[in-house]
Amino acid sequence: MRIPILKLHNYLLISIQTEIDDQTAIQFQEDLLDKIHKSGASGVVIDLTSVEIIDSFIAKVLGDVVSMSDLMGAKVVLTGIQPAVAMTLIDLGIHLKNVPTALDLEQGLIKLQQELGV
Amino acid sequence: MEPQSCVNIHKEWDIVGARQLGREMAKNLGFGTVDQARIATAVSELARNIYLYAEQGQVCFEIIDSIERRGLCMMAIDSGPGIADIGQVMQDGFTTSGGLGAGLPGVKRLMDEFDIRSEVGEGTKIIATKWIR
Ligand SMILES: Nc1ncnc2c1ncn2[C@@H]1O[C@H](COP(=O)(O)OP(=O)(O)OP(=O)(O)O)[C@@H](O)[C@H]1O
Ligand SMILES: [Mg+2]
Repeated sequence: MRIPILKLHNYLLISIQTEIDDQTAIQFQEDLLDKIHKSGASGVVIDLTSVEIIDSFIAKVLGDVVSMSDLMGAKVVLTGIQPAVAMTLIDLGIHLKNVPTALDLEQGLIKLQQELGV
Repeated sequence: MEPQSCVNIHKEWDIVGARQLGREMAKNLGFGTVDQARIATAVSELARNIYLYAEQGQVCFEIIDSIERRGLCMMAIDSGPGIADIGQVMQDGFTTSGGLGAGLPGVKRLMDEFDIRSEVGEGTKIIATKWIR
């Protein structure tokens, strides 16, 4: 299974719609970094509205993807984290402190523009 | 007491299978969405630990339905290498695999009751229960 990555102007948009298993998460990490490199995108929005569970492994992959993209010069914003998912993340002791987040895709794009100062 | 349902864990996809069954049972029992997510996450952590550290094992579920209270009990059992220092693995951030070290202390917080028994060379058994409020 592969998570589709869409390009819109200077941005990459991802909406995760499937139950993520470990392999899919790792594949996504690779695909996204590759796409940032090839497209020269300056911003990425990952929408998690349909994601019903984020465990420690997926949280680590998401956190890593944000740091790695940052190193490559692309800002990532996570959007649409469900209330139940936010609560379980806190129980796990995962605070995603350095990760920019926004309520939904639209707010995410606004946040990106602020972060990028455009 | 209802009969148990078990999922064998020996490939990565079984982690997804186990958490889906856990969520399904939690939903049918009447847990709210947040507790369903807590239970599914706890199952995911325990099943992944089995897959990563013991290679194979089982996650079993049991519905507890007594006059006083109802809940869902999960048991993660493996015959893997076991854990030498339980105090250490229950600390936030302790990992031997480059993970976040969030799994076991996280499961303890996600669930209402948590018990871990392990013997080096014998295996590990973790029992965790969530009560319906
Ligand atoms: N079933 C098991 N058998 C043997 N050792 C285990 C088992 N479960 C956990 N451990 C040991 O306990 C440590 C802590 O486990 P825990 O789940 O808390 O964190 P992790 O798996 O390292 O990382 P994370 O779960 O955050 O991805 C593991 O690194 C491993 O050494
Ligand atoms: Mg773990």
